[in-house]
Amino acid sequence: MEKISRLVSENGVVIFSKSTCCLCYAVNILFQELTVRPVVYAIDKDPEGREMEKALFRLGCSAPAVPAVFIGGKLVGSTNEVMSLHLSGSLVTLIKPYQGLLSN
Amino acid sequence: MNSSHTQYISARDMGVYEPINQLSMFADFDENGWPDTSPSLLVEVDTKLDNQSEDTSHETAGDSIKYEETNKRVDKVLRRLAQNREAARKSRLRKKAYVQQLESSRLKLMQLEQELDRSRHQGTYIGGAIDSGPPGCSATMNSGIASFVLEYGNWVEKQDRQICELRNAINADLPDEKLRVLVNDGMAHYSDLFRMKAKAAKADVFYLMSGMWKTSAERFLLWIGGFRPSELLKVLLPHLDLLEQQCSDVYNLIQSCQQAEDAISQGMDKLQQSLVDAVAAGLLGGGSYIPQVANAVEKLKPLVSFIDQADHIRKEILQQMYRTLTTRQAARGLLALGEYFQRLRSLSSLWATRPREPA
Repeated sequence: MEKISRLVSENGVVIFSKSTCCLCYAVNILFQELTVRPVVYAIDKDPEGREMEKALFRLGCSAPAVPAVFIGGKLVGSTNEVMSLHLSGSLVTLIKPYQGLLSN
Repeated sequence: MNSSHTQYISARDMGVYEPINQLSMFADFDENGWPDTSPSLLVEVDTKLDNQSEDTSHETAGDSIKYEETNKRVDKVLRRLAQNREAARKSRLRKKAYVQQLESSRLKLMQLEQELDRSRHQGTYIGGAIDSGPPGCSATMNSGIASFVLEYGNWVEKQDRQICELRNAINADLPDEKLRVLVNDGMAHYSDLFRMKAKAAKADVFYLMSGMWKTSAERFLLWIGGFRPSELLKVLLPHLDLLEQQCSDVYNLIQSCQQAEDAISQGMDKLQQSLVDAVAAGLLGGGSYIPQVANAVEKLKPLVSFIDQADHIRKEILQQMYRTLTTRQAARGLLALGEYFQRLRSLSSLWATRPREPA
């Protein structure tokens, strides 16, 4: 989907979320802790939100579609994948180019 | 006319109502032990029919009367058949309900016996597990939770046995291959626990959040339905005898674990806050709150995902340690972990049975 591709290519770290999703909030907190400022896009606030959700499913996200984390334009996954990567030490490698910046 | 048994099948199949053949079916029908009164009826009807065939010289009027009477008899038999079928059906349903009741009572009895057993060992009364409802309310526990409590009891017993084996193996200085088997068993055992918990979370997420299946000291240290992962690592650290090249990996793991934990904790705080806001929304004291409560139900749904995440982190740190450590270190680590939880359980019962100051 155009909107998603544009967002993920223009920004290093993108989290697609919903405004009521507390796990999305937790993932954002984790990135902030690692001095990354992700772009958090609440799809429930977007008129095309439904389309975006479907597009996320097509890209490989399983229900729930959010949080959907993209790093460097590539889909990393949801909370599970982010946590696994972080605990294995691989997440820091992925986010290195985007750490310590004030904005992406 | 075909032979009786095949006719029975085809009558049923086609839904065709063939009175004479229903009679022969009835003669075979003793499934629920109903007294078989058919033979006499059969004889009666047969006699009637025989009489009828003999009375060929009777007037038409007489014939039709006899025919009507025969019909009435047949009707009576059919009615009796239908009543018997209905009674048999009801009997089967009652039996089924009774058996189901027996099964659930049996399960509850097993669970109570298990608790009693454990109480004797630990000296504590794990009352909360039996009735998670308000005091005085005799709500039967959800069967998913009842079986979880039973399985957990077995899990703890098996855990205690495994810890013993590990201790003996390490003291006896067994070779690595033998230790590796025990370590793999220990890891698999923890996997079993997480599997059980995932099932239980779907049955009753609040029960899991409360930690009611654990002892009191463990519950005091509860973090989202289980042990706190960072605490676990800190407990393990002094017992591992790390090699230099392992140090940075382990310290990085401790740090990322803490960060993951903090992130999930903050997400959980947000969830609690949104729940409070939903329940308290609108005018309190107005008397009507159905929409607020209905809205709050939505806020609770992500709770299962949070417990999922917390257990996911627990699983991952165990896996990471398993990958980083040598066999011997892993064996010592599992032993230390197991004994730590045993001490917590023991503390719980010691606390419960301590001499109280007089009131």
